Amino acid sequence: MRVVNSTTRTSNTPPPLQHWLHHPRFVKALAMTTNALTSKSSTSGRLGDKIFSGAALAAGVLILITLFAVAVFLLIQALPTFFADPAEVSGGQGFFAYIWPIVIGTVIAAAIALAIATPVGLGVALFISHFAPRKVAGPLGYLIDLLAAIPSVIYGAWGYMILAPALVPGFEWLAKNLGFIPIFAGPASQTGKTMLTAGIVLAVMVLPIITSLTREIFLQTPKLHEEAALALGATRWEMITTAVLPFARPGIISAVMLGLGRALGETMAVALVLSTGNLIPSLIKTGNQTIAAEIALNFPEAFGLRLSELIAAGLVLFLITLVVNIFARGIIARHKEFSGAN
Amino acid sequence: MSATTTNARHSTGNSPVPPVRKRNSLAKGKLPKWAIWAIAAGSIIIGAAASTLTGFSIAAFAIYSAIIFLVAASVITTVVEGKRRGTNAMWTYLIYAAFIVALIPLASVLYTVLEKGLPGLNGHFLFTSMNGVTGAVDNQGVENGTPVVGGAYHAVMGTLLITLWATLISVPVGMLTAVYLVEYGQGKTLSKAITFFVDVMTGIPSIVAGLFAAAFFGMILGPSARMGIVAAVALSVLMIPTVVRSTEEMLKIVPNELREASFALGVRRWRTILKVVVPTAISGIASGVTLAIARVIGETAPILVTAGIASNINMNVFANWMSTLPTFIYYQIMNPTSPTNVDPSVQRAWAAALLLILMVMALNLIARLVASIFAPKKGR
Repeated sequence: MRVVNSTTRTSNTPPPLQHWLHHPRFVKALAMTTNALTSKSSTSGRLGDKIFSGAALAAGVLILITLFAVAVFLLIQALPTFFADPAEVSGGQGFFAYIWPIVIGTVIAAAIALAIATPVGLGVALFISHFAPRKVAGPLGYLIDLLAAIPSVIYGAWGYMILAPALVPGFEWLAKNLGFIPIFAGPASQTGKTMLTAGIVLAVMVLPIITSLTREIFLQTPKLHEEAALALGATRWEMITTAVLPFARPGIISAVMLGLGRALGETMAVALVLSTGNLIPSLIKTGNQTIAAEIALNFPEAFGLRLSELIAAGLVLFLITLVVNIFARGIIARHKEFSGAN
Repeated sequence: MSATTTNARHSTGNSPVPPVRKRNSLAKGKLPKWAIWAIAAGSIIIGAAASTLTGFSIAAFAIYSAIIFLVAASVITTVVEGKRRGTNAMWTYLIYAAFIVALIPLASVLYTVLEKGLPGLNGHFLFTSMNGVTGAVDNQGVENGTPVVGGAYHAVMGTLLITLWATLISVPVGMLTAVYLVEYGQGKTLSKAITFFVDVMTGIPSIVAGLFAAAFFGMILGPSARMGIVAAVALSVLMIPTVVRSTEEMLKIVPNELREASFALGVRRWRTILKVVVPTAISGIASGVTLAIARVIGETAPILVTAGIASNINMNVFANWMSTLPTFIYYQIMNPTSPTNVDPSVQRAWAAALLLILMVMALNLIARLVASIFAPKKGR
C-alpha cells in the first residue's frame, strides 16, 4: 500500500549489505586508500578535513544568520514607519490603522482557502491512500502533485480570466438567496474579482500541500490497526474513523497549519484576482486586501516612507507566518517518531 | 454486519421451498451490483431535468446530479443494507467526489493554458523581446489584423539567468548544510536548531524573501537597487531549504557500512564524504535540486520587488532591471501594453504561461529521469 515517491525518496530501508565488499563505492575507496598511502597525504588530508568540516559548519550557520537577517533587515528598513508622524502614513492614522484591515483581509482569505481545501484535501488523501485501486493510486497522487508544480502566477491568471467570470452567476445567486448573511451581502460584483474568488484560488494552491502531507500520514497507519478494525466487522469508513484518523490527527493539524502558512503568504493569486478596496464583511463584493498583495501591487512604485511602510507590512506578514510555521513544525517534531510527516 | 447475517439466516431458514433462481444467501440484504449504476443514471436524468428548470448550465447540471446521487445512494443503501453501511456508502461517495472536485481546477488550468497559449507560442514569440513594442504598435496590429508582434525572449533569458544564479548560490550552501547535518552535527544542539529553522524557512512567504533581498541590497547600494542578482538572492532564500531537505534525506539513507568501510581503510572523512557518501546519493540530490529549481522558476512576487520589469534584453544580472517569465505574464495581464486593445497582451501572457508550464514540467520530468538513471548501482 505504501506509495513511494521515487523522485525524492528511493527507499526507507537501506539495501541489503551482506555484499558491501563488492559494492563499487567500496572498491573505489579501496583504490583511493592505496593512492593515499603511497602519496604524502596525511598533512594535506588533515587540512582538508578541517576546511571541509569548517565549510559545512559555516553553511549551516549561514542559514541561521540568513533567517535572522531577514528579520533584522526588514526591521531596520521598517523602523521609519513606526516613528513617523501618524498623519504621514497611508490612511493618515498611523501604522496600526493602516496594517489592521489588511491583516484581517489576509486572515479572511486564508480562512476561506482552508475551509475549502481542508475537507477536499483530506478527502483526496483518503481516496489515494485507502479507496483508489492500488495500481492507480500512485499516478493519481502524482496528478495531484502536478497542482503544486503549476506556478502561482498562472493560477492568478486563471482566476482572473476564467474563474472570476465563471463565478459571477454563483455570486448573484448567493446575494439573492443568502444575502441576509453579512458575508454574502449584495449587490454581487459583476466582474467576480472578490475575496471569495481569491479564497477559492488560494484553496486550489493549498490543496496539494494538505493532500501530500496527510496522504503520507494516512499511509503510515499501522496495518494491524486497520486489519483489526476490519476483522471486528467495521465498514471501511468505520475503520477510517477508528484506526486511521485518530492516528493521523497531529499530522492533519500540522498539514493544515502548513497550508495556512502558504495561504497567508501567497501573493500573486490575490494580487491578480482580487479587486482591492477597504475592509468590508461581504465576500462577494469588491473590497478587502491582503498584506502580500498590498506589497506586490504597490512596491514597484513606492519610495521613501511608503517603501518603509510596505516593508513593515512584510515584517508583520513574516512574523505571522513564522509563528504559524513554528507551531506546525513543533507539532510535527513532537509526533515525529510515529507520524514521520516532514 | 451482524444485521445482514441475521437477515440472511432468517430468510433462508424461514422460506419453506427455496425458489430455483434465488440469489446467493451471502448477497441477501445487499444492493445488487447494478443498483448503483441505476441510481447514477437516474440522478443524472433528474439532475438534467432540474437544471433545465433553473436555467441550464453545465455547472448546475453537475452539481444537481451529484447531490441527487449522493442523497439517493446513501438513503437507498441505508434502507437496504442498514444504517452503518449507509454511512459508509455516503462517505465513500463524498471522498470520490472530493477527488473529482480536486481534478477540476487542474484540468481547467491546463486546458486554458493550452487553448490560449498555443496560438501565441511561435518562433517570433520565443526569439523577440518587447523592445519597441508599444500600445500604438498593438493598436495598429489589431486594426490591420496582423499577427501579434513582440515576444518573451528577454523574459526567458531573465528567468534562466536569475534561476542559474540562484542555483549557484543555493546548491553549495544547501548541500554543505545537509552534509553538516548528517555527517558532522548528529545530535548536536546546533544541528537541531538548523533543522528546525530550515523547516521554518520553507514556510517563508516568497514576497517576504523578496523584501529581504530588496532591503539588504537597498542598504548597501541605495534604495532603488534592482537587478538580477538581488532577485537571485531572494530566490536562494526560498531554494536553500528545499535543497537542504532533499539532500539531507538522501545522505541519511546512504548505508553507514559504506562510511565505516572507507574509514577502516584510513580514508579521511572529507574524502569519504566527497568520494563515497555524496556519489552514492547523487541521483537523489540531483533530482531534489531540479525540483527546487522547478519550484523557484515560477516565483513572481520576489522578482517583482527585486528585479523590476524590463522590455529589452538584459543579459547582465549585476546591472539594470530584468524581466522574467512570471513577471512578464503578470504585467501583460495587469498593465496591458495597449490598454484599449488588450488581446495581443493577453495572447502574449498565455503564451508565456504555456512556456513557463512547459519549463516546469520539463524540470519535473528531468528530476524523475535523473533519479532513475543515476540511481545507486546495486553491488550485485
